[in-house]
Amino acid sequence: MSYLPYGVAIWIFLVGLYGLITSRNFVHLIICLSVVQSSTYVLLAAIGYRTGSAAPIFADIPQGTPAVDPVVQALMLTDIVVEVTVVALLLALAVQTHKRHGTVDPDKLRALRG
Amino acid sequence: MKRKTRTRLFLVGACALAVVFALGVAGLPPLGHYRGPYGDVVNAISVPERHVTDAVTAVNFDIRGFDTMGEEYILFTSVMAVLLLLRKQKNEPRHEHEDHAPGRNGVETSDAVRVVSLLLVGATIVFGIYVVTHGQLTPGGGFQGGVVLATAPLLLYLAGEFKQFKKAVPRELVHAGEALGAGGYVLIGLGCLAAGGAFLQNVLPFGTKGSIFSGGTIAVIDLSVGLEVSGGIALLLMVYLEETLELKQE
Repeated sequence: MSYLPYGVAIWIFLVGLYGLITSRNFVHLIICLSVVQSSTYVLLAAIGYRTGSAAPIFADIPQGTPAVDPVVQALMLTDIVVEVTVVALLLALAVQTHKRHGTVDPDKLRALRG
Repeated sequence: MKRKTRTRLFLVGACALAVVFALGVAGLPPLGHYRGPYGDVVNAISVPERHVTDAVTAVNFDIRGFDTMGEEYILFTSVMAVLLLLRKQKNEPRHEHEDHAPGRNGVETSDAVRVVSLLLVGATIVFGIYVVTHGQLTPGGGFQGGVVLATAPLLLYLAGEFKQFKKAVPRELVHAGEALGAGGYVLIGLGCLAAGGAFLQNVLPFGTKGSIFSGGTIAVIDLSVGLEVSGGIALLLMVYLEETLELKQE
């Protein structure tokens, strides 16, 4: 059981990847990419976890109380906000693709056009 | 490549990935047995050496402040790229945009939605500022508070018409705010250099633990990031709304 969160992380990763591969719509594809990325949150949170310890906030607990790793949490925090804007960028690309080619199906975008 | 071949290829790759991942996980400590050392070091020094009670914020804006600057610029660059992609183009084909399904009438925004949204605007702004300014004390900071702040213009849009929204939220101001926030981070770093420290070294007095003015440069960077994130997300909302709404009017 103690390895379960790592398994959850790989499962989320693979589910997202499967969606990417089989996608027939750019919007769906972009959301799948963000699913893939969210697997990293589970992985990071699992790596920094220590049984029975507090959150790394020492506002109301004394200094020296065992706490979980704040480094991975800091990574996750910026990751989430950056992900939102990157998804927005990809969606903008999808909007432009639809404008120029009239489709959001990656399979229908065969030929390159100048 | 055909769809079936592609899926098969994926399944092979996925199996290989699962094996490699399982091998990788086998080398990790089981859940709940964090081995350190960095997290423990940060937890030990955040209060005595920085007077900051939120160790996560201490990591983000001080201990690895330089990396966070890079991440902030990913955000900045993606927002700029969205603005560039969705700008008005001269010979852009005009599609008729409808915000409802064909054969159905659009639903008017109900008064209840308008009233509740308008009431929430003030509370959202206050809460956002609270989250930004208390980042060094409790969970929060520029990134989280910035996103909360950016929902205020969206509530304004829900409460009224797009025209009023555009008037209430001048685009130039949001642009300036975002640029100031992004540039501010670097300026703070340069200020630390000018004060005789290293780039982004915490040179300001650390203040009293638990006070809103604790943490030295951490509090200042928090504000700058809050401005950048709120401006960036608000700009994204704005260009997407313009993209779907303004075309419809023509």
